[in-house]
Amino acid sequence: MADVNRDKRPLSPHISIYRPQINSITSIINRVTGIAMSLAAVLIVWWLLAAATSAAYFDLVNGLLTSWFGLLILFGSLWALWFHFLGGVRHLVMDFGVGYDIKSVDFWGKAIIVLSLALTAASIFCLSAF
Amino acid sequence: MTYKTDMGRVKGLGTAKEGTHEWWIGRLTAVALIPLTLCFIWKVAPLIGATHADVLAAFQSPFTAITTILFIMIAFIHLAGGLQEVIVDYVHGKGTLVVLLVSTKLACWGMGFAGAFAVAKIAFGA
Repeated sequence: MADVNRDKRPLSPHISIYRPQINSITSIINRVTGIAMSLAAVLIVWWLLAAATSAAYFDLVNGLLTSWFGLLILFGSLWALWFHFLGGVRHLVMDFGVGYDIKSVDFWGKAIIVLSLALTAASIFCLSAF
Repeated sequence: MTYKTDMGRVKGLGTAKEGTHEWWIGRLTAVALIPLTLCFIWKVAPLIGATHADVLAAFQSPFTAITTILFIMIAFIHLAGGLQEVIVDYVHGKGTLVVLLVSTKLACWGMGFAGAFAVAKIAFGA
């Protein structure tokens, strides 16, 4: 008797039901950047293994990573790294129970997006200048 | 009122005892990755696109070699935990779930070890 409606029970509201808010957006970006950086992690290990193997193999992998497509992935990953870094630090701060009022949540949500873009631009500038 | 048993209340633990283990490893590795990520962006990121000789020379520095090895190993532990969290959230078939959990964890261990080995080989003289 208890399970007559097993397949017809309403589901609890999920992402598609809610209007996007800054805290849901940053939460989703944090998760997506984390997963997306798997690719960059594998590429960096490949690059290091190539450097440890031979000069010729290093030149091949180094060339691929610095091609326009390689750089697109790497610069995208750099932004993902900065965003995940800032989001992570914010979460560690929030683990102490601070920053949960709506004003702080809205402010820091927007702040980490702006800061992540600024840090990405700054680090790309430093990387290409030296 | 409390739902804990008397013994559980005295010991301050629930029945699982290690329920916060994965959460705790996530935080611990996150804290370690704060300085290590900055070291990586500072020391290793500029080497992408450099010459082979420059890369070999850079990892002769114990600071660069040690922080890079730590960064790679701890980043892959952090990634393994993060991927596990995502997989258990979205994958519901029991077989697929086990296959994905095992394969991502083993891939992360393999990648973490491979990266660390590569840096060590260069540091000790490739």
